[in-house]
Amino acid sequence: MTPSKRAEADLPGGASAQADTAAWVEALYRGMLLIRRFEERVYRLFLEGEIPGTLHQYHGQEAVAVGVCDVLRPDDWITSTHRPHGHALAKGVSARAAMAELYGKRTGCCAGKGGSMHLGDPSVGMLPAIAIVGGGNTVVTGLGLAMKLRKSDQVAACFFGEGATNEGAFHEGLNFAAVERLPIVLVCENNLYGASTPYHRVSLVPDVAERAKAYGVPARIVDGMDVLAVRAATAEAVASARTGAGPTLIECKTYRFTGHSRSDACDYRTDDEEAEWAARDPLLVHGARLEQEAIEQLEAGVRAELDDAVEFARSSPLPEPHEALDGVYA
Amino acid sequence: MPETTVETRRLTIAEALREAIAEEMRRDEDVFLLGEDVGVEGGFGGAFGVYLGLVEEFGHERIIDTPISEKAIAGAAVGAAVLGMRPVADMQYADFLFECMDELVNQAAKLRYMSGGKLSVPMVMRAPVGTTLRGAQHGQCPESYFVHVPGLKVVAPSDAYHAKGILKSAIRDDNPVLVFEHKLLYGSKGREAAGGFDLTAEVPTDDYTVPIGKAIIKRSGIDVTLVATHVSLYRALAAADQLASEGIECEVIDPLTLNPLDEQAIFGSVQKTGRLVIVHEDTLTGGWGAEVAARVADDCLAYLEAPIKRIATRDVPAPAAPVLEQAIVPQVETIVATVKEMLG
Repeated sequence: MTPSKRAEADLPGGASAQADTAAWVEALYRGMLLIRRFEERVYRLFLEGEIPGTLHQYHGQEAVAVGVCDVLRPDDWITSTHRPHGHALAKGVSARAAMAELYGKRTGCCAGKGGSMHLGDPSVGMLPAIAIVGGGNTVVTGLGLAMKLRKSDQVAACFFGEGATNEGAFHEGLNFAAVERLPIVLVCENNLYGASTPYHRVSLVPDVAERAKAYGVPARIVDGMDVLAVRAATAEAVASARTGAGPTLIECKTYRFTGHSRSDACDYRTDDEEAEWAARDPLLVHGARLEQEAIEQLEAGVRAELDDAVEFARSSPLPEPHEALDGVYA
Repeated sequence: MPETTVETRRLTIAEALREAIAEEMRRDEDVFLLGEDVGVEGGFGGAFGVYLGLVEEFGHERIIDTPISEKAIAGAAVGAAVLGMRPVADMQYADFLFECMDELVNQAAKLRYMSGGKLSVPMVMRAPVGTTLRGAQHGQCPESYFVHVPGLKVVAPSDAYHAKGILKSAIRDDNPVLVFEHKLLYGSKGREAAGGFDLTAEVPTDDYTVPIGKAIIKRSGIDVTLVATHVSLYRALAAADQLASEGIECEVIDPLTLNPLDEQAIFGSVQKTGRLVIVHEDTLTGGWGAEVAARVADDCLAYLEAPIKRIATRDVPAPAAPVLEQAIVPQVETIVATVKEMLG
């Protein structure tokens, strides 16, 4: 059974279901591994000058994207941030389409118009990523409102960082979602730093989940380094949203293993802190649930997929310059 | 204008807008309204009464009273539009649009482009403009900020017939459209007495639309072209009446849409008259009149017999005292004097 077919089901019991469970545990690992290796590959290609622009990378936070998107259906939607590579891959943007977009190719998921900070694809239920901090927190209410007005059982999930909770958009969006009981899951990736600024310097409330209480919105704090913990909390929140009970906020305590962007050497973090979080690497945490042989097979598969994605991106045509003028208006 | 065989009644702009929204909501269940104070029983029907009666017909599910959260209003409209709904979002005053600039400029205008043309944002944002003795934060005419943004359309109707028809077009358009109306033109009796405008127009009972991107020649003339919107349009028409009595024939154009601009209508008129005056209640510097002037200078320089003139609100925040407000906003006398000076 594929992870998407398993959405919202509890872990199966009984002998016949154990094989399903093993495959699903592997699929979760593969989802995270794909993101990790994608980001590593992209960083090297960026340094080699093949990928233009800028990068905000997702290493370390893979359990959040994969744990959340494993629960979502293809017709559910997500909004993302300036750090969207992981969300895009987890929601179903292919490695080819994502890589080609980073290369600025016409075959990219946004035809070369979006780039790293706006990865997305409506056909898999992902808006072009919104790179204004907090920008998705109001737009997601509209996704939820459309779902509610059409009486569908779809759900919209909004990824945002702890930094976004100091934006007005977070508060306006959260309150509106609450009073309208919108089918929304607010996924805060609390990676402790907004660029270089530690959260405790800019908020006297250390847990983002506390802020949800002010709006009557239920909130959970989960270990954002454990994909099963993220998935379990998301399954509960999504089930609640589908039945019309309104939004839930999930605060995932997590950590980015790289700098904020390509030029950030992270001198504002201590070695001890980085080592402490490295020991909680989501691939280690979840990898402990797999056999080594399985991991090696998954590594080989991911390597082949990324080799193919890079080759696809390299060999894809550049957009014609005149295409810059297309697609402004419908 | 409507054909004579069509059945019509005289409506105010407020009544015409209300009809447009109600008819579109009956026609298309994806159309809904959201904003502050739009549907509360015993409330105002929006800041200027445009929505009175709508909640009784359509209920609270489709007439959505929001918190005082302009970012949420605009963001909700954007998100719902992406999924194919056709939201009509309301700003009580256009000044409040600055609260949701991110949602309009970074999201509504750009999501389609950023997606490589894969999605669209068919939303409408209605916003009342105009100095009306309310001071600096409830009287701005911010159309020009949005004219500047690729991905947005901007319309500015000035009478009931065009207001109804172009709002319907805006609701049916697959792009984000900002609809700016002037508070003095909604049709309140008290304001009619104070302003002296004829605030009603013949409006057909049948379904009709007015196209976005097409200007209206309000009055034909051969000596000078006046381009104006909203209250400034009526002042330009009054000035044209005065000037006609002195033998000067003005052609008066209501652009109706500010982006995309109907260049051909304006160019054609200027090629005939050789003189252009643009009048708007937005402040002068960087106002949409500058864009019109630049395009005419580019395309019609050989036809111009005099420098292009812009008459706009002076570059100061709107003051509250009536005598001060009147001193900064374009008046009939200024238009008359400017035209006479051009004709030397």
